[in-house]
Amino acid sequence: MELQSKAPSGPIETRWSRHKVDLKLVNPANRRKYTVVVVGSGLAGGAAAASLGELGYNVKCFCYQDSPRRAHSIAAQGGINAAKSYQNDGDSVYRLFYDTVKGGDFRARESNVYRLAELSVNIIDQCVAQGVPFAREYSGLLDNRSFGGAQVSRTFYARGQTGQQLLLGAYQSLSKQIEAGTVKMFPRTEMLDLIVVDGVARGIVVRDMVSGKITVQMGDAVVLATGGYGNVFFLSTNAKGCNVTAGWRAHRKGALFGNPCFTQIHPTCIPVSGDFQSKLTLMSESLRNDGRVWVPKNTADKKKDPRKIPEEDRDYYLERIYPSFGNLVPRDIASRRAKFMCDQGMGVGPEVEGMSRGVYLDFKSAIERLGKDVVAERYGNLFDMYERIAGEDPYEVPMRMYPAVHYTMGGLWVDYNLESTIPGLFVAGEANFSDHGANRLGASALMQGLADGYFVIPYTVADYLARSGKNPVKEDHSDVRAAQKAVEERTAQLIAIQGKRSPDSFHRELGKLMWEKCGMSRDAAGLKSALERIPAIREEFHKNLRVVGGGEELNQQLEKAGRVADFLELAELMCLDALKREESCGGHFREEYQTEEGEAKRDDDRFQYVAAWKYTGDLSKPELNKEPLGFDYVHPAQRSYK
Amino acid sequence: MSTMNLVLHVWRQAASNKSGKFERYEVKGVSEHQSFLEMLDLLNEQLVSEGKAPVAFDSDCREGICGTCGIVINGRPHGPQKGTTTCQLHMRRFKNGDELTLEPWRAKAFPVLRDLVVDRSAFDRIIQAGGYISARAGAAPEANSVPVPKENADLAMDAAACIGCGACVASCPNASAMLFTSAKIGHLNLLPQGVPEATDRVRNMVGQMEAEGFGHCTNHLECEAACPKEISTDFIARMNRQFVGAMVTARETVAKRSAKS
Repeated sequence: MELQSKAPSGPIETRWSRHKVDLKLVNPANRRKYTVVVVGSGLAGGAAAASLGELGYNVKCFCYQDSPRRAHSIAAQGGINAAKSYQNDGDSVYRLFYDTVKGGDFRARESNVYRLAELSVNIIDQCVAQGVPFAREYSGLLDNRSFGGAQVSRTFYARGQTGQQLLLGAYQSLSKQIEAGTVKMFPRTEMLDLIVVDGVARGIVVRDMVSGKITVQMGDAVVLATGGYGNVFFLSTNAKGCNVTAGWRAHRKGALFGNPCFTQIHPTCIPVSGDFQSKLTLMSESLRNDGRVWVPKNTADKKKDPRKIPEEDRDYYLERIYPSFGNLVPRDIASRRAKFMCDQGMGVGPEVEGMSRGVYLDFKSAIERLGKDVVAERYGNLFDMYERIAGEDPYEVPMRMYPAVHYTMGGLWVDYNLESTIPGLFVAGEANFSDHGANRLGASALMQGLADGYFVIPYTVADYLARSGKNPVKEDHSDVRAAQKAVEERTAQLIAIQGKRSPDSFHRELGKLMWEKCGMSRDAAGLKSALERIPAIREEFHKNLRVVGGGEELNQQLEKAGRVADFLELAELMCLDALKREESCGGHFREEYQTEEGEAKRDDDRFQYVAAWKYTGDLSKPELNKEPLGFDYVHPAQRSYK
Repeated sequence: MSTMNLVLHVWRQAASNKSGKFERYEVKGVSEHQSFLEMLDLLNEQLVSEGKAPVAFDSDCREGICGTCGIVINGRPHGPQKGTTTCQLHMRRFKNGDELTLEPWRAKAFPVLRDLVVDRSAFDRIIQAGGYISARAGAAPEANSVPVPKENADLAMDAAACIGCGACVASCPNASAMLFTSAKIGHLNLLPQGVPEATDRVRNMVGQMEAEGFGHCTNHLECEAACPKEISTDFIARMNRQFVGAMVTARETVAKRSAKS
C-alpha cells in the first residue's frame, strides 16, 4: 500500500499557507447540514469540537468522563511551547521546528513539525483571549520559562497547572457551543467501534456508560482525539480511564497504526512503592530547571540519610556526562541514565522486588541560591503533592524520582491533513503519530493538541466535507446494523466468560511484561519472549475473565474488561514494531544498537521511515507499510547534548 | 512496612431509581503507602473474587487535578486531610482498626447514579450559561497586546484552580454551589478579556445555579474548608457584589433557565 502523506513541497515556511489555499471550503449556510463526530474532549477534541461548532457545523462530541472538563490533558503541569520570542533570546519558528525535529531523533515529518511550530504562536493568542491565566511579569506581560531540552525560554505556563487551564479554556469554548446548540455533548459515553461502509468512515458505535445502551451515531466525518495508549503498561502517568479502544477499533477497521513502539518514558515520576500501586504520578520536568539529579557514589551510602552524604560522595551524573545541558537533557536521555544508575545498583529508596529504583532530585542548592520563598512560588504545589504521596518534605529531604511511562508518540497514521488511511476518519492530538517522531520534547504535547484542534482540523475536515458531500449511509444500512450487533455480541461475550480473574489482574500482568520487555530499553530476545507470552495471556483472558454484573447498567468492571481486551491486542503490535526496528532512536532504545557512550544509535539507511502497520485479520502477522522520511531542512545527525 | 485492617461502611445503591443502604466490609493488610482509592481497589478485588458487585466510585487522573473523584469519608468530603482530593489521600492518615463511613456527594442537584458515583452535569450547565469568554478561534489579538496586572492574573489563577469536583456542594448544609460558580465568575471577570460579558455572565450563571436546585449561601464557609484547592469564599462575596450591580444595570432580571438543557 502506497502511503500518500500529502505533505506540500516547496519552501517550508509557506507550505501550510499554500496548502490552506488549496483546501476547499464549505458555504456557511451549508455547514449546519454536516454532522461531525468528535471522540474525546481533551485539548485536541475539545478544541476541534468547539471550533467546528463556531464555524456552524453540527457537532456531536463524546467522552468517557462525566464531563468534558476532565479529559487527561488536564494533568499536564509544566507548560506549552510557543515561538513568540518574547525573551529576545534567539527563538524563532524555525528554531522551534529545528529543536522538535532533532528532539524527535529525525523520525517525524518535517512539514508537520514546521506547521506545529508556526501555529504555536496563534495558540497563545487564542488562549489569552479565552482568559487562560498564564503567569505574568509585574509589567503585566506574559512570563516564560525554559523547559526540558531547550536553550531558549519559550514555555508559557499557569503555575503547575498549565494543562488544566488550557483545557478549561477549550472546555469553556465548547460549553458556549453546547449552549448555542451547535455541539451536542455525550459525556459518560464510550466509543466501542468505528462504522466503515464501503471503505469510508460513516459513524461510530457507542455505549452509554450509565444505562449500558449501545447505539450508533452517524456522521459525515469522524475525528478521533482519544489520547495515547500508555496504559498498556498498566502503571503509567495516564489517567485510569485512558485507553486505546477507539484507535484500536479503527485500526482493526483499516486505519494504519504508525510507530506503535515509540513510547515516552518521563524521567521525573514518584517511584513505585508497592504492588498495590494503581498509577504513577509525574512531577513536572520543570523541576529539573532548579533541581539537581544525583545518586551516591558509594553503595554503602544508599541507605543513609541523603542530607548526610557529603558533596564529594555524590554523583551528579547528568551534569558529569552532559556538561552543556546538564540536568536539562531531553526526557529519553534523562530516563535511560536514571535506569542505568539503578541497574548498576546505585538506586535509592525502598526496595521493590529486590531493587531500589530511585534517584535523588535535590533542591538544596536552589534553596540556598534563590531562597525558600522563590522555590515555593515556582514549585510549591508540586512539593505539596510529593509530600502527600511520598510522605517526605522535599524542602528538607531530596525527592526520589524514577522514570515512568508518560506519552506515546506512536498512534494512528495520518497524512498532512490529519486524515487516516480510512477516508473521513481524522485523528488529532496524542492519538495520531504525527509530530514528535521518536521522542517528544517537554511542553510540546499541549501545543500539538491545540494546534490540531483549533487550527488544523477545522480546515482539513471542511475540505473533506466539501469534496465528499453528505454521508449517504443511513442507520438502517446492513453494515451499520452489523457493526452495532458485533459490539453487542463482544460485550455479551465478556460478561459470559464468568471465569476467575478480574480485568485488573490481567491488566497488571500485561503491564509488567510490557514494562520489562518493551519498556525503557528493549532487545530482540526480550521482545521475542513477550511475543510468545502476550497471545497466551490473551487466550487466558478470554477463558478466565470474570466480569461481575450485567451489560445494561453502570458497570466499571465491564468498561475495564473491554479496554484490557484491546490493550492485549495492541501490545503484540508494539512488540512486533520494536523488534522490526533494528536501531535505537529517541524513546525506542534497543540494547543491541547503541554508541560506545551508551547513546541511541540510529540506522538512517534502513530505518528512516514511519512504520505504518495494517491489520490483516491475524494479530501476529500485521502488514508493514513504510512512509519514507525526507529531511530537506534539518539534516539528520547524531543528537548531542554534551 | 506496617499494614492495617479497616472496617468500612459503604453506601450501596444499584441505580438512581433504587433505594440504597450501608454495607459493612472488612479490608485487611492495607499499606500506609496506599492511596485511599487503592485501598478501595483492594476491596473491589476482594469482592470480585467472591462474585459480588464491586463498589462503584469515580476516579480518573488519581493525581488531584481532574476533579473526578469524591467520597464523603466520615462526614467530610474528600476526607480528613486539608487541601487534598480523595485520590491524593493516603492511608498513612489512618490507623489500624479505624471504622470509616463512605458516602457519595449528597445534594438534590447531584443525583446518585450508583453507589458512590453521582451525576454532576449541573456544573456543566452552569458553565454553559456563561462561564466562558466568547473568543472564536482565529479572532484573537496578539497575546501581549493587552497587559494584565500580575496581581489580577494571580488572583484569577487562584479562582481558576477549581477542579469542579463538587466538594463545596457536598460540604454545604444548603448544598449550595456558590463557591464553584463564584470561582468561575471570579476568574473570568478579573481579566480584561472577561469584562465585556461580565454582567451577563453573573446574571446567567447565578440564574442557572438556582434553576438546578442548589441551595443558597448562608455563610457557613464549610465549602472553603472542604475545597481541595482551598479556594477562598472571598470569591462568593465578589460574586454577590457583581450580582447586585448586574441586577441594577441589566435590562432584564435573572435569566429564566431550566435545569436540563
